[in-house]
Amino acid sequence: MSTVAERVTQIIVDKLGVEESQVKPEASFTNDLGADSLDTVELIMDFEREFDTSIEDSDAEKIQTVGDAVSYLEKNAG
Amino acid sequence: MSSLQDKVIVVTGGSRGIGEAIVRHCAAAGAKVHFTYRSSSANADTIVANLAAKNLSAVSHKCDVASPDDVQALIETVVKAEGAIHGLVNNAGITRDGLVMRMKDEDWDAVIDTNLKSAFTASRAVARPMMKQRNGRIVNIGSIVGQTGNAGQVNYSASKAGLIGLTKSLAKELASRNILVNCVAPGYVATDMTDKLTEEQTQAFEKNIPMQRSATPEEVATVVAFFLSDASGYVTGQVLNVDGGLAA
Ligand SMILES: NC(=O)c1ccc[n+]([C@@H]2O[C@H](COP(=O)([O-])OP(=O)(O)OC[C@H]3O[C@@H](n4cnc5c(N)ncnc54)[C@H](O)[C@@H]3O)[C@@H](O)[C@H]2O)c1
Repeated sequence: MSTVAERVTQIIVDKLGVEESQVKPEASFTNDLGADSLDTVELIMDFEREFDTSIEDSDAEKIQTVGDAVSYLEKNAG
Repeated sequence: MSSLQDKVIVVTGGSRGIGEAIVRHCAAAGAKVHFTYRSSSANADTIVANLAAKNLSAVSHKCDVASPDDVQALIETVVKAEGAIHGLVNNAGITRDGLVMRMKDEDWDAVIDTNLKSAFTASRAVARPMMKQRNGRIVNIGSIVGQTGNAGQVNYSASKAGLIGLTKSLAKELASRNILVNCVAPGYVATDMTDKLTEEQTQAFEKNIPMQRSATPEEVATVVAFFLSDASGYVTGQVLNVDGGLAA
């Protein structure tokens, strides 16, 4: 069973077409990984699907980096 | 005829009138067409059988476009069956005419939900699969009264004007993913919708049309097919009036 961080990394690599090595906890989706506004919405929806959860818009706004996504999902989904 | 070979196209309200013409035209151009009917499947069955006899592909689905759940399920079914979706034509529409003083809330809501909200819910449903494909076309069927207004149609003309705003916003939102969104706005077309008018009303109306006749449903369908085809690859956010010069 993969960890939350591994599953999140895989989704980001697939969606944004970046190298796994670039997906560091502090990496920002928009500033470092080249995501535009549509990509970030799609990422949130991919996380929701993968972790079978629903992320409120107010929480989604705060998910700016890889680390934000991992810690949110560790806390709220499994 | 612009080729639509193997393109998967969904047409709402495709069992008669303009929608039926769009279904037949797209199927003849090689598309895999999925279309909806609201209540009776008789017309839809005939269309499917006619097309099948010519080796053309069309599938009908029962769907109330005013129900967001129905619309979502429709798109999911099509994407699952075909593995892709290239085009969406938001054609289903109704009129509930009346002078504003006597217009009921229900008449307003039914027209807005069927004509405008349905275009939003269907566009929302296709946005994701089309974004993944980096390719898609959405064509909204408006009406020139969305630009000119028409006494007795505050609800209908508001819904059609709303479709213009939706078309332009969606075009801007999705352009970077090569999803093109346009609106075809017919003037006066001979269908069940206009059959409600008396002979006198029709004649009075046609006198005002520079071309002095109403359009056939096919004359609208060919323009819709243009927007669905590769021939319009750099056109988005536009409203094209198909009105014989009426609003020129
Ligand atoms: N006929 C005209 O002169 C004219 C002019 C301008 C625009 N339009 C527009 O063209 C479109 C097609 O109109 P038409 O003239 O073919 O009318 P029509 O009444 O012949 O066909 C309308 C279609 O929409 C479907 N529909 C209506 N409500 C529905 C619902 N809740 N769920 C699913 N399907 C539903 C009907 O079943 C039918 O297939 C409409 O959007 C209409 O506003 C028509």
